[in-house]
Amino acid sequence: MQLSQHKKSSKNHSKKLKNLLTTATCALLGANTAAEANTNVFENWKFDTALMVYSEVNRVSAAETIIAASKKFKNDEVLNLKVTLDALTGASANGAVAQPNPQTFTSPSGSSGSNYRADANKTPLDDTFKDTRVQANAQWTQPLSNDYTWSIGGNFSKEFDYLSVGTNTNIAKDFNQKNTTLSAGLALSYDQVKPSGGIAKPFTPMLFGDNVISGADAESDDEGDGSNNKITTANSDNKTTIDLLFGLTQVINRRMIMQFNYSYSQVNGYLTDPYKLLSVINDGGLTQQYLFENRPDTRTKQAFYLQTKYHFDSSIIDASFRYMTDDWNISSQTVDLRYRINLANDNYIEPHVRYYTQTAADFYQPYLEKSAVLPEFASADYRVGKMDTYTLGIKYGMPLASGTSMAFRVEYYHQTPKDAGFSQPGVLADQNLYKGIDAVIAQVSYSF
Amino acid sequence: MSTTKNSKVTLKKAAILKMGVIMLTLLASGCSSLGVEPWQRDLLAKEEMALTSAPIDAALDDHIYFSKEASSGGRSFGGGGCGCN
Repeated sequence: MQLSQHKKSSKNHSKKLKNLLTTATCALLGANTAAEANTNVFENWKFDTALMVYSEVNRVSAAETIIAASKKFKNDEVLNLKVTLDALTGASANGAVAQPNPQTFTSPSGSSGSNYRADANKTPLDDTFKDTRVQANAQWTQPLSNDYTWSIGGNFSKEFDYLSVGTNTNIAKDFNQKNTTLSAGLALSYDQVKPSGGIAKPFTPMLFGDNVISGADAESDDEGDGSNNKITTANSDNKTTIDLLFGLTQVINRRMIMQFNYSYSQVNGYLTDPYKLLSVINDGGLTQQYLFENRPDTRTKQAFYLQTKYHFDSSIIDASFRYMTDDWNISSQTVDLRYRINLANDNYIEPHVRYYTQTAADFYQPYLEKSAVLPEFASADYRVGKMDTYTLGIKYGMPLASGTSMAFRVEYYHQTPKDAGFSQPGVLADQNLYKGIDAVIAQVSYSF
Repeated sequence: MSTTKNSKVTLKKAAILKMGVIMLTLLASGCSSLGVEPWQRDLLAKEEMALTSAPIDAALDDHIYFSKEASSGGRSFGGGGCGCN
């Protein structure tokens, strides 16, 4: 009796939530909320929500919220809507090398009073990062005749220094009693970056103290307002991305399904990280100045992805492997394993292991040498350097009353930047240029 | 030195491409004999047997790894849409 009352109240609760969210969705989409929210138009909506916190030890912390809604219509058309909100704060490696003495940097906002410091023997971290991002996605999928399924979507993302708009379409055809599916997709996106203080001229020095350009003195700065820690070429720049994705899905038997994907991605435009620096060192390993980095303005990536899922009697294994290669000479391999163990009453527990390894981009170098000729491109960003990472995680899921469910996920993520064979002259010999990073990911999901 | 490295990379790429082609051929030729009858889909039809059974987790993971590593895509479009990389 108590149980059924509980079920009833949670059902009501779920219904109320659904009504509230559908009303909000309608309001956002400009629909006639008053008239429609009380009818059964939104009865078949399904909502998936999640709150995730990502936290690196002594570095970046991010909180991300996702609300996704989907509705299936009577001819099997599906509409997916998704809103993502991010908040990011904390410190991020700026690319400069650790030194035996403390170092001072001008923050990207540039005002001469705003500096940040790195203690002696510590990796320099820019702790002035704060960002929020809002992203919206919409996707429409519908069956066509002759076993074809077609999908089209769009996405929009905005943060204070970044804007991205994109669209995608995908077509899939089923063969062999729907046991084989071939698919082809195309995605286009346009991104605009408007970094704080403008786009730095490649390999120009970070400016300090009296050298910080303020207002009218900012000759090459087309914006000309505020002050600046760099010599700029423009106040914003952009890039375009074309993604192609071809897939083959095959049912092997009653328990097993496999997928093979090939993807090709071509990016053109501004691919430099506007906030990253390189230390210029002398023969003794001591930093002489900091230069803004410069990356090539095109990148072509190819990825091969293989996934398989196997259903045992009361568990499912989900294994995938990805090989990626690009014309920056980065190649990477990713192995991902999830093992879902079904428990009593539809509860489940799912351990997760992921291993990733990448080679360095050919323009990666941890520092520049004062005595050497300046290369065409260079970046000391450890993310384009040689690196291994691994993730260990566990997820626990449980059904709640009336078709709702909850899940909790905790993961540990470790990044190990590696030395790709660069020398560490003079005082650099005593510095750790490849410091590991630990992060914890915690997530709560609720579906109704 | 760098020529050796490049030729090694080219060889590796060629080997992977070859592997891909062989796998595709095997899959394509074997496809007609693989699979199940419609009434044998009891397990495959389960939500947890979908290739992307937790799309929200996948989206969050893609965002994390996209911003922390130099690779993206494969499972789905490479994406982007954030200044995090």
